[in-house]
Amino acid sequence: MDVYTEKVMDLFMNPKNAGRMEDPDGVGEVGNARCGDIMKIYIRVKDERIEDISFETFGCASAIASSSMVTEMVKGMTLDQALAISNKEVVNALGGLPPQKIHCSVLAEEGIQAAIEDYRSKQKAKTGGSA
Amino acid sequence: MTGRYVYMDHSATTAVDKSVLEAMLPFFSDKFGNPNSIHSWGRESRKAVDAARGKVASLIGADPGEIIFTGGGSEADNLAIKGAAFTHRDKGRHIITTAVEHHAVLDAFEWLHKEGFDVTVLPVDETGMVRIQDLEAAIRNDTILVSMMFANNEVGTIQPVAEASALCRERGIIFHVDGVQAVGHIPVDVRDLGIDMLTMSAHKMYGPKGVGGLYIRKGVRLEPIIHGGGQERGLRSGTENTAGLVGFGAAADLAAKRLSDGSIDKETRLRNLLLDSVAGPIEEIFVTGHRTKRLPFHGSICVGSLEGESMLLRLDAAGIGASSGSACTSGSLEPSYVLLAMGLSHETAHGSLRLTLGKDTTEEDIVYVAENLKRIVTELRALSPLWKNRG
Repeated sequence: MDVYTEKVMDLFMNPKNAGRMEDPDGVGEVGNARCGDIMKIYIRVKDERIEDISFETFGCASAIASSSMVTEMVKGMTLDQALAISNKEVVNALGGLPPQKIHCSVLAEEGIQAAIEDYRSKQKAKTGGSA
Repeated sequence: MTGRYVYMDHSATTAVDKSVLEAMLPFFSDKFGNPNSIHSWGRESRKAVDAARGKVASLIGADPGEIIFTGGGSEADNLAIKGAAFTHRDKGRHIITTAVEHHAVLDAFEWLHKEGFDVTVLPVDETGMVRIQDLEAAIRNDTILVSMMFANNEVGTIQPVAEASALCRERGIIFHVDGVQAVGHIPVDVRDLGIDMLTMSAHKMYGPKGVGGLYIRKGVRLEPIIHGGGQERGLRSGTENTAGLVGFGAAADLAAKRLSDGSIDKETRLRNLLLDSVAGPIEEIFVTGHRTKRLPFHGSICVGSLEGESMLLRLDAAGIGASSGSACTSGSLEPSYVLLAMGLSHETAHGSLRLTLGKDTTEEDIVYVAENLKRIVTELRALSPLWKNRG
């Protein structure tokens, strides 16, 4: 059994930004149920900044803690700043993850990227449609 | 939190019973003699080891001379399987086991496969039970050994051991049973069942860890896997773990008492209460394994839209100890091979939860566990993108 840091356990027991968002501007879903981890990130964007963010995660404690941490980290950032967040930064902010749980932090990084991509492609479709 | 602690992982291990501990204590410092020594110190220990052997034999209806003590269940499984395979390799090279065995059996078979044996692994049905016709169909002229567990550790399903034993006996095939989860918890009589070898483990029945035994029916020959001073009829060399064996004997006495005084009925009732309180009353929870042909103390479920480890850690925070077959708890990327062999999807198997009761589990404990599980499932489902009623 893996031993988690206090930070991981704290965010697992009391996750921040948890739950579904109504009418988000972008949604990213990564992972799959077969492997036991799905992370879904919802963002609301204003002036190219992440104004609000939430997540839903199916997975182990480190997946839930990574989701909570990454959403806290990128909230208020510009989209470009958020895209630059790496899984290593998530791991460091959590005070470390067991080696076999590093993929949870990768999902967190990918989840943010997927949500922003979704937002941008929707924007493109909108502007493309109006042009 | 209330400060309540409820240990619900007795399939993993049990606490050494006070009576067992008391029986063991004199054999560390006071009665420390080597049972193989001729002096009074040695004779005192020998007497204690013999008495323990008698108690363990009596629990399963064997003669004391048919019990070999080992350093645990895994060692006994290895001795039985490798020992029988190597003894009878000139008769044939085909050996059979099942898909839901403990790793101590499966990995021994895999190793024997590398050593040139033909291995057949029998499938199981959706309850985790072997179909006896599958065994019958798998048996060949060169089959020398069949190994089947008495009851499964993950889902509690009891295998058709008597039927399998009869099949093997008719054909002169050695039949080994891994009884680690069953012995001490349900009646096991090796004569009635006609089995050739039976693995036992002390720590699953309120005895100490690192102590096990192998019943070997008189006349069944085995090659040892540990060579040395010739203890245990030459089948398991090494100075006897006197205190541990005394503990095993005391645990066997305790088990015999529990099997006859109504304890098992109480355990079954509480287990059913637990399963009935969660599977059904909480949405999308179902029982895994056979509902009636299962170990009395054993409860196992799958919880839809959730992953096992997250449930375990939240339960632990509420003072409840449980286990799961999810990938995150198995240390690999794959969930439990037992649940997959039963035909469950990966997604479902990730949500498995095992709650195994013990002799001191109370009705209040069950109510506490059911209430907390309900709360935790609701909380975690609110986080799960797979849960249909979320948000």
